[in-house]
Amino acid sequence: MPPREGTYGLLAEFDTPGDLVRAARQARQDGWRRMDCYTPYPVEEAAEAIGFHRNKVPLLTLIGGLMGLAAMFTLETWVSVLAYPLNIAGRPTYSWPAFIVPAYEWTILFAGLSAAFGMLALNGLPALYHPLFNAPNFRDGATTDKFFLCLEALDPKFDLLEARAYLESFQPLSVVEVEY
Amino acid sequence: MATTPVKPKDHEIDPATGEYRVIAPGQTFRSVTEKISHIVLTPQTPLGWFAIFGVGGALATMLLVALTWLFLVGVGIWGITQPVAWGFAIINFVWWIGIGHAGTLISAILLLFKQGWRNSINRFAEAMTIFAVVCAGMFPLIHIGRPWLGYWMLPYPNTMTMWPQFRSPLMWDVFAVSTYATISVVFWFIGMVPDFGTMRDRAESKAAQYFYGIASLGWRGSVRHWMRYETASLLLAGLATPLVLSVHTVISFDFAVAVLPGWHTTIFPPYFVAGAIYSGFAMVLTLAIPLRKFYHLEGLVTERHIDNMGKVMLATGFIVAYGYGMEVFMAWYSASHWEAFMMWNRMFGPMGWSYGVLIFCNIAFPLTTLWSRKLRTNIAFMFFISIVVNTGMWFERFVIVVTSLYRDFLPSSWGTYRATKWDYMIYVGTLGLFTALFLLFVRFLPMIPMSEIRMMLPGAKIEPKIKAAKAGD
Repeated sequence: MPPREGTYGLLAEFDTPGDLVRAARQARQDGWRRMDCYTPYPVEEAAEAIGFHRNKVPLLTLIGGLMGLAAMFTLETWVSVLAYPLNIAGRPTYSWPAFIVPAYEWTILFAGLSAAFGMLALNGLPALYHPLFNAPNFRDGATTDKFFLCLEALDPKFDLLEARAYLESFQPLSVVEVEY
Repeated sequence: MATTPVKPKDHEIDPATGEYRVIAPGQTFRSVTEKISHIVLTPQTPLGWFAIFGVGGALATMLLVALTWLFLVGVGIWGITQPVAWGFAIINFVWWIGIGHAGTLISAILLLFKQGWRNSINRFAEAMTIFAVVCAGMFPLIHIGRPWLGYWMLPYPNTMTMWPQFRSPLMWDVFAVSTYATISVVFWFIGMVPDFGTMRDRAESKAAQYFYGIASLGWRGSVRHWMRYETASLLLAGLATPLVLSVHTVISFDFAVAVLPGWHTTIFPPYFVAGAIYSGFAMVLTLAIPLRKFYHLEGLVTERHIDNMGKVMLATGFIVAYGYGMEVFMAWYSASHWEAFMMWNRMFGPMGWSYGVLIFCNIAFPLTTLWSRKLRTNIAFMFFISIVVNTGMWFERFVIVVTSLYRDFLPSSWGTYRATKWDYMIYVGTLGLFTALFLLFVRFLPMIPMSEIRMMLPGAKIEPKIKAAKAGD
């Protein structure tokens, strides 16, 4: 990524999740779209407030699980029927009930890995650098006990002075400018 | 559902919300965060930590010595023989993996059931799972005789053009246990990512900032991330639940698919799973009780946690008792001479004492005392009973493995089993390895999930007025 300069956004700090949710909901109603909330634990209401209702993790998990199931069952069938058939007392080589157990395990394995790594990928993690880490009050708050609303500069409505005045109207603890 | 009237005098009920209290009152987001992260971030390591780590490390070294000799000489140094070809290695394997199951139960099944009290104990219960699986996974590998060829069990194209036998329960084990280990590690790590973010932000030393910074993957607490994270956690919990049930089921298939009296029974899968949870909860208590005392976590791991775990043990203990009862019943009801003899021999034969230990430790003692709430909240007693149950569950596996094998169909092939010093060294060595790993975990990783504890605090409540208003889009 080329180095960027200028303002990433304006960060308002709140003391309670309720204040954050109220501000975020109002901002969304007033037409803000490029914004995000930062909280020390999942605050579902805040996600709803900024219009984030659904995510793709379940779909990825389903696809992963089906892939694991298909991969293992096919492998077992191919190995037992074609690649290395074992004649044990004339029993059928395609003994599918016995194949269910490993196929079941791989369904769970692939689904679980898809859920975990899919979640990270959708979140854009790992990302060891982020402009927000430049905010002086982010470090002591965002992962402990403070609730943040960030209006991003990429939003067409964004104007540094107006946005600051707008955020101040919610009576946050502070509003700071975040640089890239 | 009728609501039972709440007694206002009950000290366990929060007067503000009318709900049961799982963590002590007066905690804030910051106090909880500081308390938990301080344990890790403080430069001072308690002397007691070094003492216990020294003991664990010494025993782990003994394990290394025993394994080295085993690899040089072979499994002949063990007590295994004909007809008891499955000795300590398989007993310990089943015992350890069973212990691990409670961790998954606490982290996954209780999450799905929305049991908030689990939040205080789930992290170290998951750590316990992983270290128990480490100890467990070693045993089948060293039991195969040539452990350096263990990878032959995996399906991969090779110059011998050989492939694994997928109809064998031992092969199912490979997939069940490896999946279980992988998913447990992933679930555990993903659960810690937000807490690593907290640690990164609170760490003072450069090294700790780098370490936790990298481990946190750059977590910044965006609510979009949190929502995907919550979905992924819930899905992982939903996947781990059938997984944990399947793992011990598959392990019980190792026995149940054989035709040996004492093994060939359909009760094994549920009875193994219940036994696993029973012993696992006992191990969680064995770990939680000293930890909360040592690190002063009584406000987060409260008497209510201990009490609840006692109740789970009581319930699973009764399932185990049903399993024992059904084995005896089937020995009679099947009218099979061999089954009946096996049961008689198990109870009154030369190794009948082990059956006695099992009945006393798993049934007679815990299932009579755990009814009492007074005893369930007596911390010293619960610690004692956790040790008793763990002992009993080890003997359960001993009874299943040894007393079924040593006198089977043909009296001419009867034998006996006596473990050697190498067997004991390896078993005790894994206890040391487990202790050492667990202490490293306690020292370097947050042992209580901070983000989940924050959700349970009164400060996390959003006023109903704000909550009720709909988003305007």
